This record gives sequence, structure tokens and C-alpha cells, in this order.
Amino acid sequence: MFASVPDWMVRVTAFLIPIAFIFGVYPAIFALTTLVERKALGRIQNRYGPNRVGIFGILQPLADGLKILLKEDIVPRVADKFTHFLAPVLIVIPGLLVYLVVPVAPGMVAVDLKIGVLFALAVGTVSVIALFMAGWASRNKFSLLGAVRAVAQVVSYEVPTVMAGVAVIMAAGTLSTLTIVERQGGGILNVSNWYVFRPWGLVGFVLFIIGGLAESARCPFDLPEAESELIGGYHTEYSGFKFALFQMGEYLAGMAMAGVTVTLFLGGYMGPGSGPGLAGGLISMFWFFAKLAGMIVLNIWIRGTWPRLRVDQLMGFAWKVLLPLALVNIVAVGFWHFLTPRPLAWVVTTGWLVIWFLVLTKCNASARLEKREYRYV
Amino acid sequence: MNYPGKGLMEGLAVTARNFVGSYFYKDRLTTVQYPEERVQTPENSRTFPFLVFEDSPDKPRCTACKICETECPPKCIYIVMDRDDKGKPMQRPKVFDIDISVCMQCQICVEVCPFDAIKMDNDYEKSKYERFDALVERLPDLLKPNEYYRKVKPTEASEVDARLKAEAEAKAAKKAAAAAAAAAKAAAQPPPAPTGTVT
Repeated sequence: MFASVPDWMVRVTAFLIPIAFIFGVYPAIFALTTLVERKALGRIQNRYGPNRVGIFGILQPLADGLKILLKEDIVPRVADKFTHFLAPVLIVIPGLLVYLVVPVAPGMVAVDLKIGVLFALAVGTVSVIALFMAGWASRNKFSLLGAVRAVAQVVSYEVPTVMAGVAVIMAAGTLSTLTIVERQGGGILNVSNWYVFRPWGLVGFVLFIIGGLAESARCPFDLPEAESELIGGYHTEYSGFKFALFQMGEYLAGMAMAGVTVTLFLGGYMGPGSGPGLAGGLISMFWFFAKLAGMIVLNIWIRGTWPRLRVDQLMGFAWKVLLPLALVNIVAVGFWHFLTPRPLAWVVTTGWLVIWFLVLTKCNASARLEKREYRYV
Repeated sequence: MNYPGKGLMEGLAVTARNFVGSYFYKDRLTTVQYPEERVQTPENSRTFPFLVFEDSPDKPRCTACKICETECPPKCIYIVMDRDDKGKPMQRPKVFDIDISVCMQCQICVEVCPFDAIKMDNDYEKSKYERFDALVERLPDLLKPNEYYRKVKPTEASEVDARLKAEAEAKAAKKAAAAAAAAAKAAAQPPPAPTGTVT
């Protein structure tokens, strides 16, 4: 049947399908996320949220997109015009590239890189260059401050995030995302072998979520764009479609981090009924996107709840709590790997992690001031 | 029990309660969805003045005395008295304009009106598509029946009605008394008869 199709056409088609999938599905999820986020934040604050455009406000992303496209595109006279133009173009790319190595169903990954995890973590942080370009090129002190904050934050949080990922790499013995997901299959209902249900996996999961929030500059780590302090941070001087691209890049990066978290800790596409074949593949896809949606909802919930960190708190948290905990976690994976039988490994790893968690939180507890005594009352 | 991150977890619980609660308890949602829902304005709320008429728009209570025009602080009222063919004042306005872009809703025109002819409305939907002429309310826009006044401000309107009725009765009684007195006087003192003859 396919004999008449030339070889190059097969190759090009095989190349284009995943690209079309990534370009179609994830921006659509982004559009939906903006709506869900506004609705959920509204409900968290006992408001209705957008409900005017279409039934339940379902066409709100469309209206937003149309509005933002019709806005005037303003470039500051003193801006570095080329860099100012290039930054919003660049920021979308890393977010989309990460999806290349995120498997959505058995065998369904755009490229099964042998260094998949490394690729995802490395490419995901490239967006910080675009952020700095934006802040620098705008020639605005708020933009520059936001960009400087973004660089400091992403560089700091990259370390514990990668270290948390190292735990998974050690346990799975591979950097390929597809193999990591396959290692998490089996067990009870394809669920019990997820890495999040291991003591070290749970710690790594929490570390990875925190790192992901910080790297995509989401609440409570949204210092780079802190609107109450910096007007809008690095995108102060952007309007219209360029601003939309910044929003899109940010959301895509956040969703990519959520996707990597799902892959590394929540068993990727593994779930009851997932497996090879058409039916199994569809069920796998359902599980992957359900987990992704769950992570996005968690992000929104956190955004609606927690206040923004101070800069010193942000840095202290990364270097004094997360990084030591990530290193301790790597040792815990070692215990897990070498100790037999399993219950012993459970007890030792859990004890090790709990003790270190308590030590770290105790050491980093905020200083209690002594009760002041007045001599002359 | 105290543990690290307790405050963060409690915060998440609060927002989750809000999220779920807002779907089940209507009283959590304080938003008034304006074009469909409206807040009942308090009776004493006021926006812009209107003119009261009793039976028909031809007979407003207003006598075009121009006291309100004189007293109006931002000078947003303009009145011309109506006159009949012979130039005799008809004690009613021919032109009565209120520029609601100038009116500051101070209610002084209402305070000074001796005839209870001008009252404050509580209609707040006065937006117009045009900036100048559309914002000047003319006599036909301003004239509203007494029933409308009773509807928007029941307490105030009943007081005014009672007072006007009492005044009218008092006036009628006085008139009757005066008429009776005049009649009695006329009866007691017959008009003086001619006392002399024309010589």
C-alpha cells in the first residue's frame, strides 16, 4: 500500500506529524489554561471569573487573543530595536522544544533522545536568555531589574531541580524519558511503581515542582515580573502581540516543566489500562494529559494562595534548603538501590530523609527574637 | 501540632474551601452581574432632578418662578416662562433645561422650591452616546407624574402629598371662612343707602 510512496516523503511525514501535534495541542492547552486559570482564581476569591464571551466564558481566550492582536505595537525610541524584536520570538522556542522529549503514549515521543532528561532541563532554561534580552533591550530600569532577577532566580533554581532529576536518573539508570516512563509501569494497576510513591521520589517530586515553578517564574516565584514592584519586569516595554508571545512562552515553559515532572515522577502515560496498541495508546494519552492537567491545576491553586517571596528568601530557600535536600535525596536513592530487603530500604530511606528534613528546617528557622525587657516600666 | 510549612498548607485549605464553597453557597459570591441583576438602591439615594406633574404634563407644579435657577450653584438650570398670546405670564415653564453633565446632584433646587415641583430622581442609567446635546435634559424628559415620585421615594412622596393636601384644605377653609366673613359682614352692614339727593 505504501510501496509507491517515496522514502523521503515517509521520512518528512514522520517528521511533520509530531511537530504538528506539538504546535497544535500545546498552544491549545495554553489557551484553555488561561481561561481555567482566570475562572479558578475567580472562584478562589469568591468571584465568578470571566463568563461573558460564549457560554461560561468559553470563548474568552479567543476574545483576549483578538484584543491583544489589535493593540498598538510600541517600541521605545531608545530601545535596542533588533534585540527588542528578537526576545519575544526566542522565548517561545525553548518551551516548545521541551515537548519534543515528553512522551505522551507508548513510543509516542517526537524524538527518543538518549539524553532526554538532560535535553529537557537544559533547553528549558534557555528562555532566560530571551528574558535577559528583553530586559536589556528595553532600556528601562524596571525591565532590567526584572531581567536580572530572572537570571539570578533561574540559575539558582536550576541546580536543585537538576539534582532532584538526578535521583530519578540514578533509579532508572537511563536519561531517556521513554525508558524512564517504562520503568515506572507494572505493579498494581500500573500505578504503584510511579517514582512519586518512593520516599526519595516524593522528596524529588516536591523539589522538582518548586524548581519548576521558580524556573517558569510562576507564583510564588514571580519576582522577575512582580507587577507591584516592577510594573511588569522584563516585559514592561512590550505590548500587543509581543506581549502575548511573552505570556505564551511563560505558560508553555510552565506546562513543559509540568510535563517533565509528570514524566519523571508521576509515571508519564502509565495508568490503569495504558499499554501498547490503539486502545492502550489512547488510554495512555488520556492518563498523560490528565496528569498534566492535574499539575496545571496545582500550579493555579498555588498561584491563588501563596504570596510572593522576598529576594533574600528566594535565594536562601534555593541554596540553603532545596540544594542540601536534593543532595541528601541522591544519597537516599543510593540506600534504596543497595539495601535489601525492600522494607529495610523503606525504613532507612524514609528515616534518612525525615531526619535531614528536620535538621534543615531547624537550621533555617527564622531567628526568634528574645522577649524584650524594659528596665524602667 | 506545628510542622514546617503549616501556614502554607492551611492557606491551600482556605483557598480550596473558597473554590468549592463558591459553587455551593450563593451568598459567597458577592458579585452583582449588572445588566441582568441590579442592586436595590436606597430610597434616599439621588441622582438628577425631575419635575413633578399632577394629572397631565400640561399642568406641572412648576410655576417657572426661577428660584431654583437662581440658587443652582453650578448654574445648570435654564428656565423660560410660558406666556399666552397677549404676553401674560401663564405660570408654567416654556423651556426647562437641566444640563446633567454640569449638575452636581446637590439637591439645593429641591430644598428651595416652594411648590414641591422639582424632586430628585434615583435613575442612574443616564449614559449617552453623545457628549453635548444628549446630556441636556429638556422639559419633556424632565416631566414625570406624581405616581413615579411615589414609586421611587414612597416615604418622601407621602409626606409631600399630605402637606400639599393639608395646605390645600387650609387654603380652602380660609377661603371659605373669608367668604363667610365677607357674607356676614355684608349681611350686618347693608351697603350704605344713598344719603343725599342729587341737587
